[in-house]
Amino acid sequence: MLSWLPENVSTYGGDIDSILYLIYYITGAWFFLTLGTIVLFLFLYRRREGRPATYVHGNTLDQSAWILVPVVIVLGLDLWIDFRGAEVWEAVKGHMPPADVRVQLTAKQFNWEILYPGPDGQFGTADDLQLDNELHVPVGKVARVTLKSKDVIHSFFLPNLRLKQDVVPGREIEAWFEATKPGVYEIPCAELCGFGHSGMVGHLTVHSADDYEAWLKRTWPSPQSSSARLSAISGEPEDRRP
Amino acid sequence: MSESIKPHAHDEALGLWRTYVFSTDHKTIAKQYLAIGLFWAIVGGLLAYVMRWQLAYPDTAVPGFGWVPEPSMVGGIVPPEFYNMVVTMHGTIMVFFVAMPILLGAFGNFLIPLMIGARDMAFPRLNMLSVWTLALSSLVLLISFFVPGGAAASGWTAYPPLSAKAIYTGVEWGQNLWIIALALEFASFLMGGINFLTTTINMRAPGLSLFRLPLMIWMQFTAAVLFMLSVGPLIAGAVMLLLDRLAGTSFFLPEGGGQPLLWQHLFWFFGHPEVYVIMLPGMGASLEILPVFSRKPIFGYRPIVYSTIAAGLLSFLVWAHHMFPSGMDPRLAMPFSITTILISVPFAIIVFAMIATLWRGSIRFPTPMLFALGTLTVFIVGGLTGIFNGSAPADIYIHDTYFVVAHFHYTLFSAIFFGGFAAIYYWYPKMFGRMMHETLGKIHFWMTFVFFNAVFFPMFFLGAGGMMRRIANPLQYDFLKPLQPLNIFITIGAILLFLGQLPFVVNFLWSLWAGEKAASNPWAANTLEWTTPSPPPHSNFEVIPVVHRGPYEYSSPEAPEDWFPQDRPVQARPATAG
Ligand SMILES: [Cu+2]
Ligand SMILES: [Cu+2]
Repeated sequence: MLSWLPENVSTYGGDIDSILYLIYYITGAWFFLTLGTIVLFLFLYRRREGRPATYVHGNTLDQSAWILVPVVIVLGLDLWIDFRGAEVWEAVKGHMPPADVRVQLTAKQFNWEILYPGPDGQFGTADDLQLDNELHVPVGKVARVTLKSKDVIHSFFLPNLRLKQDVVPGREIEAWFEATKPGVYEIPCAELCGFGHSGMVGHLTVHSADDYEAWLKRTWPSPQSSSARLSAISGEPEDRRP
Repeated sequence: MSESIKPHAHDEALGLWRTYVFSTDHKTIAKQYLAIGLFWAIVGGLLAYVMRWQLAYPDTAVPGFGWVPEPSMVGGIVPPEFYNMVVTMHGTIMVFFVAMPILLGAFGNFLIPLMIGARDMAFPRLNMLSVWTLALSSLVLLISFFVPGGAAASGWTAYPPLSAKAIYTGVEWGQNLWIIALALEFASFLMGGINFLTTTINMRAPGLSLFRLPLMIWMQFTAAVLFMLSVGPLIAGAVMLLLDRLAGTSFFLPEGGGQPLLWQHLFWFFGHPEVYVIMLPGMGASLEILPVFSRKPIFGYRPIVYSTIAAGLLSFLVWAHHMFPSGMDPRLAMPFSITTILISVPFAIIVFAMIATLWRGSIRFPTPMLFALGTLTVFIVGGLTGIFNGSAPADIYIHDTYFVVAHFHYTLFSAIFFGGFAAIYYWYPKMFGRMMHETLGKIHFWMTFVFFNAVFFPMFFLGAGGMMRRIANPLQYDFLKPLQPLNIFITIGAILLFLGQLPFVVNFLWSLWAGEKAASNPWAANTLEWTTPSPPPHSNFEVIPVVHRGPYEYSSPEAPEDWFPQDRPVQARPATAG
C-alpha cells in the first residue's frame, strides 16, 4: 500500500513516512490476525451434525481474558503510536526553524499567488515580485511560506514534501519545509474551493545552489548580489508558533 | 400514551389513509422510513456512478446521462461545478437520507417496541410527525436539484466561506435548501430520538432489565443519545450559516469579523458522534445475527455494553482529528490524537467479542449471517485504517486524500450497507411476513462483498499516491497520471457493485408477493419480536410477554433445544420452532 507514496524530498518527510510505516505494520499484523482468526473459526466451527455449540458467555474473568489480553496489547500499541507520533509532530509542527528564504503565498480561486521579497529580503518594497503558481526555492535551505487566502479555504499540499496546510481567509498561517532534492514538484490544492478546485495546481521548483543563483540573477537582473540577500534574512531567532 | 397501551382491535376501521399513509403504527412508520432510505440509496448510488465515470474517463459523456439538461451537464459530460454538486449530494444523501432513515428510522422504529415487548412507541403521533418531517425534508432536498444554480456544491461538510456566499460556488438557493433540508432532518430525528429514549426507558416488558436488552436496543439507544447531545451545536451553526447567506451576517466570514474555523468545530463536534450514530445500529444488527447463526450466546455481553457507552462518550472528545491541517493551534493536535487512537480500545473489545462469539459455535451461513460477517470484516479494515487518520503527523499527508475516502467507506459502508442488508434479510420475514429468496440473497452478498473491496481497497493506494478527494479530473496533475489505471479499475468495480444490487431489488420486490410465507420464528431466535406472528398485528402482542432471561441463551443446557426464548418460563413445555 505504502509503495504508492510519491518520492519524499523533504527533511521531515522521512519522519512522517516512518509513522505511516509504523501504523502500517501494526495495523497490517492485526488485519491478518483478526481476519485469519475469523476465517479459521468459520471453517472449524461450521455446523456439523451432532456437534452442538459451546454454551459460554464470556462474562467470567478467565473467559473474558480472551478479549482483555488482546485489548491490553491494542492499548500498548496505541500508546506507542501516540508517543512516536508526538515526537514527529513536535519536529514538524512544534517549532519553526530559522528561515533561509521566505515567500508569501496568497491563495485565491483558483491560483496560488506567490510573492517574493526580492534581493533586499523585505516584503513591501519595490523589488517585490509576484509569480503565479511558481514557487522557487534552493535545495537544502529552510523555506518559510506565509499562507493567506483572498476568498475561501484552500489547502497548500506538497505531496513530495509531505506538507499539507490549510489556507484560511482572515488568517496568516506559517508553514516551512526544507527540500532535499532538486526538481519540479506539483502543488495541488487539497481543499474543495469551488468549480476550479480540480486543476488548481502550482509548481515548486527546487534548485541546486548554482541553479538558484542563476534563477535569482535572471529574475532580478540587478547589480545587487543575491548571496547578500540570502545572508540578510537568515539567522533570525527561532520562534515558536503560538 | 394511552393510545399505545390499549390494543387496537379495530384496524380495519382506520381506513386506507390511516393504515398505510398517516399511520401511527411503528411498524408502518418503519416501512415508510425504509422506503425513503431505499429511494435515496438509489439516487446516492447513481450520483456515485456519475462521479466514478468522470474520474475514470474525465470529460467524456457519462453513459445514460445524456438527458440531463444544460447547464448541469453538457451532452452527458460533467462540468466541474456539476461534479462538485454530485460529490456534495452523494455524501449528504448517504449519511443523512440513507443511513439514518434505514438504520435508525426503519430498524429503530420497527425493533424497539417489538424487542422490548411494547405495543408501540411511547408517542405514536410524534413518531408519525417524525417520518413526515423527514418526508418534507426529502422533498426540500429533491427540489434543491431543480432550482437555478443547482443543488449545494460545497461538500457535505459545507465549509464556509465557500458555503457562506453564493458567489464562491454559483449556487444560490441550492445551498439554502440544503441547510433547510438538514434542519428538518435533524428535527425529524430529534423527535424520533425522544421516542427511542422514552420507549426504551419506560415501556420494557416485565422482567426485561437493562442487561437483558438485546444489544441492538443498546445500540439504538446509545445512537439516539449521541445524536441528541451532539446535534445542538450544528443546528446553531446551520442557523448562523443560513443567516450569513440570507441576512449578510458574518459569523463565518473574516471580512465581517467572523471565523471560518468556528464552523469546522461545530460541524465536527456533531460529525464524529454522527459516525457512531450510524455505525452502532449497523453493528447492532450483526450483534443480533451472529449468536443466532452460531447458536451461541454473545461473548461478553457486558463488556460490549460498557464499550459502546465508552466509545460514545469518547466520541465527543475527538472531533478535532478532522482539523489537524486546518490551521488550529498545533498544540491541540496531540490531545485529540490520543483520544482518537484510544477509541480503538472499546471498538477492539466489540470486535474481539464478535470473533469470540464464533469460537466453538455451530455456524450456518444464510444470507443475514453472510452480511453480518461482512459487516464485521469490512469494519475491521475501516477501524484499523482509522489509526492513520487519528495520528496527527500521519494525517498531514493523508488528510483530504482518497485514503480518507477509502477509510470512511470501510466504516460507513460496513454499517449502512452490510449492516443494513443484514438487518433487512434477517427481519424481512417479520416485517413483511414472507421469506426472501436465499440464492438471490447469496448472489447479492458475494457481488456486494467482492466488488465493494474491489472499489474501496485500491482507494487506499490512491490516497497513498496523494490523490486528493473531490477533484473532478485526476489527469490535470502529472503526479496522478500513473494512478489512472487504478481509477479505471475502481470505476469498473463500482459499476459492477451497482449492478450487484439488482438481485437485491428483484428479491425485495418479488418476495413481497411471491416469497415463501414466513413462520413466526424462522431463524429459531430468542428475542421477543419472534414471539409475534409474521407480520405482527397492530399493537404487536396479544398479551404483553414476561421476560425470564437474557436474549442470547443459545445451546443452553437448561433448554431442550438449542434456543431458549426470552419469554419462556423455565418449566414450560417447549414449543416447536415456527
Ligand atoms: Cu483551492
Ligand atoms: Cu471523526
